[in-house]
Amino acid sequence: MEQLDLDHSVPVFHIDRLSLQLLLMEKGKGVMGSRKWAVDFTDNSSTPSTRDIPDPPGFTRESLDLDDSSLSRQKKDAESNWKSQKAWEVAQAPFKNLMMMGFMMWMAGSTVHLFSIGITFSALWQPLSALQGVGKVFEPYKDNKVDLLAPKLLYIALNLGGMLLGVWKLNTLGLLPTHASDWVSSLPPAHEVEFSGGGIALH
Amino acid sequence: MDPKVIPNTPKHASSSQIPPPPFSLFIPTNNLIAMAMAIKLPLILLFFSSSLIPTFSLFEDQVGLMDWHQRYIGKVKHAVFHTQKAGRKRVVVSTEENVIASLDLRRGEIFWRHVLGANDVVDKIDIALGKYVITLSSEGSILRAWNLPDGQMVWESFLSGSKSSKALLTVPANLKVDLDSPIIVYSGACIHAISSIDGEYLWKKDFASEGSVDVHQLILPGGSDVVHAVGVTDSSQFDTYEIHIKNGGLLKHTSASFPGGIYGEILPISGDRFVVLDASRSVLVLITIENGQIHLEQTHISDLIHGSSGNTVILPSKLSGIFSLRTDNGIVFIKVTDEGKLNVMEKVDKTVVISDALPLSEGEQAFALVQHGDGKIELSVRLVHDMSSNHLKETVKMDHERGFVHKIFINNYVRTDRSHGFRALIVMEDHSLLLLQQGEIVWTRDDGLASVIDVATSELPVEKIGVSVAKVEHSLFEWLKGHMLKLKGTLMLATPDEVAAIQKIRLQSSEKSRMTRDHNGFRRLLILLTRAGKLYALHTGDGRVVWSTLLQSLRTTSQQCAGIKLHQWQVPHHHALDNNPSVLVVGRCGLSLTSPSALSIVDAYTGKELQNMGPVQHSTVQVISLPFRDSSEQQLHLLIDADKRAHLYPTTPEAAHIFQRESENVYWYSVESEAGILRGYGVKKSHSSDTPSEYCFETRNLWSVVFPSESEKIIGTVTRKPNEVVHTQAKVIADEDVMYKYISKNMLFVATVSPKASGPIGSATPDESVLVVYLVDTVTGRILHRMTHLGSQGPVHAVLSENWVVYHYFNLRAHRYGMSIIEIYDQSRAENKDILKLIVGKHNLTTPVSSYSRPEVTTKSQSYFFTHSVKAISVTSTAKGITSKHLLIGTIGDQVLALDKRFVDPRRSLNPTQADKEEGLLPLTDALPIIPQSYVTHSFKVEGLRGIETVPAKLESTSLVFAYGVDLFHTRIAPSRTYDSLTEDFNYALLLLTILALVVAIFVTWVLSERKDLQDKWSWPQTQLWLQSSSEQRLLNICSTPVNMFVNQNR
Repeated sequence: MEQLDLDHSVPVFHIDRLSLQLLLMEKGKGVMGSRKWAVDFTDNSSTPSTRDIPDPPGFTRESLDLDDSSLSRQKKDAESNWKSQKAWEVAQAPFKNLMMMGFMMWMAGSTVHLFSIGITFSALWQPLSALQGVGKVFEPYKDNKVDLLAPKLLYIALNLGGMLLGVWKLNTLGLLPTHASDWVSSLPPAHEVEFSGGGIALH
Repeated sequence: MDPKVIPNTPKHASSSQIPPPPFSLFIPTNNLIAMAMAIKLPLILLFFSSSLIPTFSLFEDQVGLMDWHQRYIGKVKHAVFHTQKAGRKRVVVSTEENVIASLDLRRGEIFWRHVLGANDVVDKIDIALGKYVITLSSEGSILRAWNLPDGQMVWESFLSGSKSSKALLTVPANLKVDLDSPIIVYSGACIHAISSIDGEYLWKKDFASEGSVDVHQLILPGGSDVVHAVGVTDSSQFDTYEIHIKNGGLLKHTSASFPGGIYGEILPISGDRFVVLDASRSVLVLITIENGQIHLEQTHISDLIHGSSGNTVILPSKLSGIFSLRTDNGIVFIKVTDEGKLNVMEKVDKTVVISDALPLSEGEQAFALVQHGDGKIELSVRLVHDMSSNHLKETVKMDHERGFVHKIFINNYVRTDRSHGFRALIVMEDHSLLLLQQGEIVWTRDDGLASVIDVATSELPVEKIGVSVAKVEHSLFEWLKGHMLKLKGTLMLATPDEVAAIQKIRLQSSEKSRMTRDHNGFRRLLILLTRAGKLYALHTGDGRVVWSTLLQSLRTTSQQCAGIKLHQWQVPHHHALDNNPSVLVVGRCGLSLTSPSALSIVDAYTGKELQNMGPVQHSTVQVISLPFRDSSEQQLHLLIDADKRAHLYPTTPEAAHIFQRESENVYWYSVESEAGILRGYGVKKSHSSDTPSEYCFETRNLWSVVFPSESEKIIGTVTRKPNEVVHTQAKVIADEDVMYKYISKNMLFVATVSPKASGPIGSATPDESVLVVYLVDTVTGRILHRMTHLGSQGPVHAVLSENWVVYHYFNLRAHRYGMSIIEIYDQSRAENKDILKLIVGKHNLTTPVSSYSRPEVTTKSQSYFFTHSVKAISVTSTAKGITSKHLLIGTIGDQVLALDKRFVDPRRSLNPTQADKEEGLLPLTDALPIIPQSYVTHSFKVEGLRGIETVPAKLESTSLVFAYGVDLFHTRIAPSRTYDSLTEDFNYALLLLTILALVVAIFVTWVLSERKDLQDKWSWPQTQLWLQSSSEQRLLNICSTPVNMFVNQNR
């Protein structure tokens, strides 16, 4: 059984059978747009649709399935191990980001200009968007046997750390309203009760 | 001084100005304020004003773009024609603004001009030797000669006299004494003879030794070496002196006593005849000098003219053999016959104005008289020896708004047929100057604008909707054309002709002079009240006169009425939008403070007098604009009379109701400079029985501040501008700390000096002179702050704005001018520093304050040296008060200097900390810098500068500045640069082109990338498959061809 695993957009060939299918052209850009037709070579060998051919003697489909199940359990264990390992890796990823951000902030200095404002706002935005997509990030590693809570917490904590860094930077830039002056600087003068006018006699 | 104009760089020479931008980037100030809450405003401003000290330097080709300058001379007193040479015909004039000027007779333009200053009054002018203009000024103590063609001063002589007297100047026409032509001057009770070539003293004859004689006339009979001086001693004795012209020796003195006393001046009739009125003004005295004897002959005026009363005056027009007499009924010409008889020749109307006699040819003299008719004037020229007929009679149409003729000067020219033509220079009631020739007005000059008393501004009408399509198309076409030209200029492709065209478009942009309100608030009307009682409206775009009106309310009475104050009367904003804005003119009929006043309300769009309330019964010494408005948005005004009663205007029941509701919080104060007293008054709510009307209120004295008269004399006071807008009450200083400003509209700055030091600089020693300044609350009379400057004296010029006052004085110890600042802060609010309380709004910062709560204040002050002496100080004002401020200083050189307020900050220190530097505090220096680029008047001079007005534009960054004196100057400045709009020379065409090019590029690259992609798609699997297997490739070749065909058919 030979399968050519090329790009998805590329027609997949199979020797046994050949069917030809026209695809509706999808309007738009990109890879799909250029695909006007596809040849679908469906591999029907594993499905028992060809029941007209009997199994060879000595071949029991059941024993093969049993054997398969123990094998798949092993496989699944390995997979969950791999998944939890991956999840931890993903959870630790923001740390690298954090370090880089810190370095960039240090480089940007503490005066307000385009560069420092850009960095600060990206430092605030990145953790925010990451926190919004926590579920999505850990989606591929979702498993009954894998405990994703700890990596998730670490992930959240690291991102919060990144956000704190951003807020701290905002503060060092003086853009946080943490002083009395920020709250009174636009207060209009108080109204005066009395009015008085006059001066030197006109001449 | 023109340090502003930086040599023209090629780049800017070609950058051009197009009709002002149809749109500009404008950040609504509300957004700005909202932004300020979240993000710190100072930081934002710092962000915008990247440079430390913004200056207003402009390029040479930007002059005239947003500024204009107009030159005037004032009301003409004397005029001397100079038309001998055929080339440049001119007239030399001296004016009541103490200007001497040479005007072009063809167009009325100024050839040259000198402003002599307020205390150097020009007495007489004349022309000597045909090339010098001689002026006698300062009560005859300074004699100057100016070169006639270019106005350069040739020489100057100071004439010292023993006592003050009237000043007389005689420049003999054809007198030669030892190759020199002396000028005979009588001043300071002496006769001086001065060489007209170099101003050398020839001789001097002092009359003080001759008793207290008062010389009235100097006469030089033609062809003799004798000067005749005719005078009066103790107004009861006539004296004539004959003085030798070469050495000043007294040749002869005759006198005759006249017990009746005299009134006015002795008028010469001929070489040996004079006429004068007696003290009762009912008898004419004819003086004849014959063989060294004086004969007096008295004639009763009632014998000559029947039914005339006492107000008789001899007019000073010198006509040989004839004199004119003005009585209550009219003007009478009287001829003196050779036998000494008086014959009445003619009676004319009272309003007739007579010129001096003009010698035409041998023994022939002509004079002009002007008669005022309805909408026209009649000019007639007569010959003196033939009074019966008019030599020339012309009728000229005359604008009603120019009033009566005040003065006339005539001049003749010889026509091609050798007959005499005449031109007349007339001065009108509104101080304008006109030249009449051949029955037409050749030119006019609005010289009333040289004496502006008060300034107000008005918005322009809102643009009417519904402009024609053709107009839009035309303007769009013009706009495009202008931008294309500008683009060419930017790319340096323009020819010199095109560069000139660009500059012309910039300067004569129709946009800036339109008669409608603009988005940025740059277009306004400047309403100017002049000394002549005329109101002018000038357009801020180009300075043209939109309308002018001679106020009838100031002309109705026989007394001399003059406008004294101009106030905004109605500014429709929300209600009454159908009404035009209007201004209130307050005038006074008479010279004393108790004279009745005249009021007039004038429409600001048309100049029509809406309401003429003059003369009203009460006098006016103060005009107070109250901060209340009635339902038609008329501003309530209080006029205080000399009896300290308050008169409310408008006189409507509604206004009275509003006023009575608010009256317990209305106070007024008076500054009595002579007595050295400040007095505060409250207004009584109910009017007592002896007040004349229900709009008249009694006031009561509440407090007085009496300055000790032996040590302090008030020399200046200043208050805040009533319409000033303050954005915030907090001042953020280093380390995010807050100081609360003490912002009160009822704060008065008073400067006093010791009486000895109230004279000019140098009249007192440093030990004797003390300058004391006060900040006084005018509601309670509380002195908020007092500061003493030892060894300093006036004159003090000051400006008070927000919570600070800057004043300028002379420091006698340092022999330099000084400037000081006082900033006043509210200590009672300083506790408001808890953020949580501020966030939830638990603070007392916005609660109304009363002066009676006696808030605790602290002050900070600092002093600096300043190089210039100062004529006026003002400060920029903006719509919301957010933009930083600049002081506008009118220097002694008649220029306006903009000085950043940050230079006068009392928190400046010698070694500013890092935090101070971040805040923008400048290191302390002992003198304030004068940056040549920051003269807002750049190369112009506003001669005789008297005041600087600032008006906020709608654009927050910009302030309109109007400086007035003899000249007028207007510009607009942006103290923090125009952070809220694109610059004037922003190239919109370039921007549009760039955007267009980018869009095209996007499309082109998109198409290209699509094509490339497709090609890649097709070539990619084929090459891959080729590598895979030859059989598959074969297969594909078989399959793909029909499929492709099929797809193509399907399309």
